[in-house]
Amino acid sequence: MTPPKRQRRSPEAVPPEPSEPAGEQGEGSQPERLYIITGQGDDDGARASIDLVTLIVARAEPPPTTPPEQSAVIGLCTAPLSVAELSAYLDLPFSVMSVLLTELLAAELVQARAPIVRSALPDRSLLEAVMHGLQKL
Amino acid sequence: MDFKNSDTVTGPRAEDHLPHTAQSAVKVVIVGGFGVGKTTMVGSVSEIRPLTTEETMTQAGVGVDDNYGSDTKTATTVAMDFGRISITDQLVLYLFGTPGQERFWFLWNGLFEGALGAVVLLDTRRLEVSFDVIGRLEERGVPFVVAVNDFPDAPRYSIDDMRSALDLTDEVPIVRCDARRRASSRDVLMTLMRFLHSIAMTSAPA
Repeated sequence: MTPPKRQRRSPEAVPPEPSEPAGEQGEGSQPERLYIITGQGDDDGARASIDLVTLIVARAEPPPTTPPEQSAVIGLCTAPLSVAELSAYLDLPFSVMSVLLTELLAAELVQARAPIVRSALPDRSLLEAVMHGLQKL
Repeated sequence: MDFKNSDTVTGPRAEDHLPHTAQSAVKVVIVGGFGVGKTTMVGSVSEIRPLTTEETMTQAGVGVDDNYGSDTKTATTVAMDFGRISITDQLVLYLFGTPGQERFWFLWNGLFEGALGAVVLLDTRRLEVSFDVIGRLEERGVPFVVAVNDFPDAPRYSIDDMRSALDLTDEVPIVRCDARRRASSRDVLMTLMRFLHSIAMTSAPA
């Protein structure tokens, strides 16, 4: 029995990178906003670089004026919690989480612990640590 | 919007908290077609009950999928299940299961960025659904291993036949697994780590 065979795509057949979901709606159709959570100020559109596995830790009790979504984030990450877990527990998409967290980081209410990312040369000692950890499973 | 107010948010169970010493995380992506066992694999090795993060996209329905009208705007919600393995008191590994179909590739930008590598999970009954995924990983330069989830009623091809069918070089590991079993899923991750380690060794002789 032989399995079906993969055809490698020729370079010119490579589709363009999928564009960001935003923008480019057809004429006349107003795009619907799926989520609206924006704080005041900070309207320069800058986003902190937040990854799904950035660990977030609360730095302070939320001040009484903190909006409920932000308070909820702070309440959840008294111990470190990844952005993905926050997104799951709060039922908010990653894109919304990163807006919320950018505001919280700017207000110094939370701290972000950046992930270790794969560089051109993977870090051998990191991989060895992971293997060691997996062996204990 | 339907934000859960803070009274109704269910946070992690006490035993699901990471230690305060947790400093950084790494991620591995498990990619495969619908129903191939991604969530099963995540669940079998995760120390927490798998969680789901969702992303929503709107776009004009062009080139999306035959199931959608060609000129209607669609909102697609894509769920990614993920799990977690504490490696040390400082280091945490996250596993994300993500659908392989081309229409979900918009998710990949943030997901594969910085990921250590990927596991392509296969079902031999539908080998061809993974062809595009493999091509895409190659284009992005993401190192991956192939794991064949052994379903009882699935055709059993030899590893050599699969390597040839998938047009993979000899270096890329192909292993069989039973995604339901923790030890088996763990071995798949070990295979990926060993593969990444061998890449590191060959690219930096020291």
